[in-house]
Amino acid sequence: MKITFERRAALSRPVLLAAPLIALGLAMLTSLILFAALGKPAGQALYSLLLEPFVGWYNISEVLLKMGPLMLIAQGLAIGFRANVFNIGAEGQLIIGALCASALPVYFPEGDSPLMLPAMIALGAVGGAAWAAIAAGLRVRFNANEILVTLMLTLIATQVLNYLLLGPWKDPHGFNFPQSVTFPDAALLPILLAGTRVNISLLGAFFVSALAYVMMRHRFSGYQLLVGGLAPRAARYAGFTEARAVWVSLLLGGLMAGLAGACEVAGPLGQLQRSVSTGYGYSAIIVAYLGGLNPLGIVVSAFLMAALFIGGDNAMVSADLPVAAVFVFQGLLLVFYLGSLTFIRHRVILNWAGRA
Amino acid sequence: MAPLLQLSGVSKRYGGVQANAGIDLSVDAGSIHAILGENGAGKSTLMKLIYGVERPDEGQVLWQGQAVTLSSPSDARRLGIGMVFQHFSLFETLSVVQNMALIVPGSKGELATRIRDLGAAFGLSVDPQAMVHALSVGERQRVEIIRCLLLNPALLILDEPTSVLPPQSVALLFDTLRALRAKGMAILFISHKLEEIRELCDTATILRQGRVTARLDPRQGTAHDLATLMIGRPMPPPVHPTPHGLGEERLALSNLSFANDDPFGVSLTDVSLSVRGGEILGIAGISGNGQQELAALISGEIAMKSGAGAVQVMGQPVGDLGAAARRLRGLAFVPEDRLGRGAVPDMSLADNALLTAHGRGLVQNGFINRKAERAFTADCIARFDVRTSGPQAEAGSLSGGNLQKFIMGREMMLDPNVLLVAQPTWGVDIGAAADIRQRLVAMRNAGAAIVVISEEIDELFEICDRLQVLHKGHLSPSVDVAATSVEQIGTYMIGAAA
Repeated sequence: MKITFERRAALSRPVLLAAPLIALGLAMLTSLILFAALGKPAGQALYSLLLEPFVGWYNISEVLLKMGPLMLIAQGLAIGFRANVFNIGAEGQLIIGALCASALPVYFPEGDSPLMLPAMIALGAVGGAAWAAIAAGLRVRFNANEILVTLMLTLIATQVLNYLLLGPWKDPHGFNFPQSVTFPDAALLPILLAGTRVNISLLGAFFVSALAYVMMRHRFSGYQLLVGGLAPRAARYAGFTEARAVWVSLLLGGLMAGLAGACEVAGPLGQLQRSVSTGYGYSAIIVAYLGGLNPLGIVVSAFLMAALFIGGDNAMVSADLPVAAVFVFQGLLLVFYLGSLTFIRHRVILNWAGRA
Repeated sequence: MAPLLQLSGVSKRYGGVQANAGIDLSVDAGSIHAILGENGAGKSTLMKLIYGVERPDEGQVLWQGQAVTLSSPSDARRLGIGMVFQHFSLFETLSVVQNMALIVPGSKGELATRIRDLGAAFGLSVDPQAMVHALSVGERQRVEIIRCLLLNPALLILDEPTSVLPPQSVALLFDTLRALRAKGMAILFISHKLEEIRELCDTATILRQGRVTARLDPRQGTAHDLATLMIGRPMPPPVHPTPHGLGEERLALSNLSFANDDPFGVSLTDVSLSVRGGEILGIAGISGNGQQELAALISGEIAMKSGAGAVQVMGQPVGDLGAAARRLRGLAFVPEDRLGRGAVPDMSLADNALLTAHGRGLVQNGFINRKAERAFTADCIARFDVRTSGPQAEAGSLSGGNLQKFIMGREMMLDPNVLLVAQPTWGVDIGAAADIRQRLVAMRNAGAAIVVISEEIDELFEICDRLQVLHKGHLSPSVDVAATSVEQIGTYMIGAAA
């Protein structure tokens, strides 16, 4: 038998829509086998992972809570990815954003100014963007690979966080736990859905998604980034500079990650902790790709990924899965999705006779 | 006696395209057989079938009367078929003899001797110890031919061998091929250059749209007859520009030098030119002598950090400006590579119009005006006869010729003060090429300053007012087309002029 791949004349719409579902199916199947091989109750694990997040208002609200930062960060990253600027360090930018936002309540723990919260949000956004700007500057000036730089900056950001929480910013009444003081009410985001932890930052994330859609679909600046990603030589030919694409991509990515960080400390956490991010910055990369780097697709994929997070937590408790199993599932999902993307551009021809 | 190679009813499809349909071909030993056809007529596919790169869907291949299946180039080489591709496959960082040793058995000492012997016998002189990157294009071609000859082929296939050669080297190559024919070798000579085929070949098979349309002796009949058979209708008449008054100087390079960082690129030395409104300046020369660098330096894709005055557009220094800023001064540019540079393959034609025409009301307050974008694109498609399904068609789905018409149309519709065109008719069929040349002359007559970089000498002689020749990064003085000859330009092309 001979298998050949033939390029399609145009993108296949049905495959484009089916690809995430196929990836989900294959990832489920593989994990079933994997869980069974581990001797865990595979059916129970999948139920916890995939269905339980949608059972009951509390679970759904927790999914929405996780969805906000994932969506926000992924929208920023996707803009860069489409311009071939690969910001892998949203995790670090989120941490720095959270740090900067926390500075106000840490130094003014009794503050009650109505300006406190907006200032925190702004500081978070600026901090995240500034952290990403380091990578942009190094890339433009010295052609340093932004993948490596953003990744390594994440490690540095983690150490900065550790230093502050173990030293100067440690809550003096916190029984020596590495966390800051709990924030005053003026530093907390208003709750959106009464009785849950979902705050108004979710609306902000939707608003940012709409902005991202307008930018990539209708703005000339978004078009320039797309050209730079699809055909760098055409961008040079047209005079769209690469340096500008690098700056715009990394600053937007950092800004949104920083925003997400600020919204975490001013939202569900209410203080700065070492576990300020549970891997949002990395998971958002998967969210961006699963959403086809499309602002609308990302809204959907952020919801699914958030559900997976909640499901993963459930599965750890109910099916006794190790925490790594959840990451493995996420990884499988991305690998299968990227694999199925091949079929959007190509059709497979099976030739049973074995002759071309 | 059976012919050396015989094809009967050979067909090959790629997806929806019938590249070859029922081709019959018979090649005798001791003859030079031309395969003539426009771009896209199926010449390359046919050669791939003969050389074992692809396998035919239908039909039979006979070698010395025996049916054979060629499933790889090494099968073909074992039978005695050698091929020299249009784009060479040599390792630039190795010497000539090292390149040979990669596929020819024998010690390097023996090979070096055989290379010298073959060189002496067939006029293919080349130093076996020379590094390939230091060789001229003509010498590299000789290396490719010698590499084939070392395997003692009975059939040698040459794909567009003259497209990379200056006129003097073409004459040398033809002498070599005649000597090989006298030794009894069969040669398949692929070309779309009619005069060459009439001069060299014994037989010609003409392809059109994947089918054989004629088999004839090219020495009978005129180039015009051959062209009519090749394109299926009479040749369009050439359009020579008539002299007229010139406008002000619009593009000037003065003593422009550029040191290339790329070890395999070309540095430019002391390049000067001046173009006024209402004239076409041709830059002749073999590709790889600095054409790409020159085009990028004029377009602004390479901007200089100092010495802005070395490039002037409309009397203003622009050497330090990027491509976008130079476009604002009325410079338009059609690059030689269309996919990925002149156009984004994965984007629609409408979005590709936006690439350089965004200043024509297609963007308002930073928002893309889709209606204006579509109107501009539809206008370009209609005026420049681009064959496509419409503005939403992906640029990558167009044939090379149609995409070239689209890009040419887009740049012309910008109504530029200065138009720079690199290789305007590469890969474009004869009809479309004639159309493009006519439009360039019409723009000149309307007062634009035009620079055409091309390696087709005939084309340059047809449309240009003046010519300059680029050789190893040096630009020759300007000569009037009316006062020069192909021979003189050829001399400049190999750097032989004082």
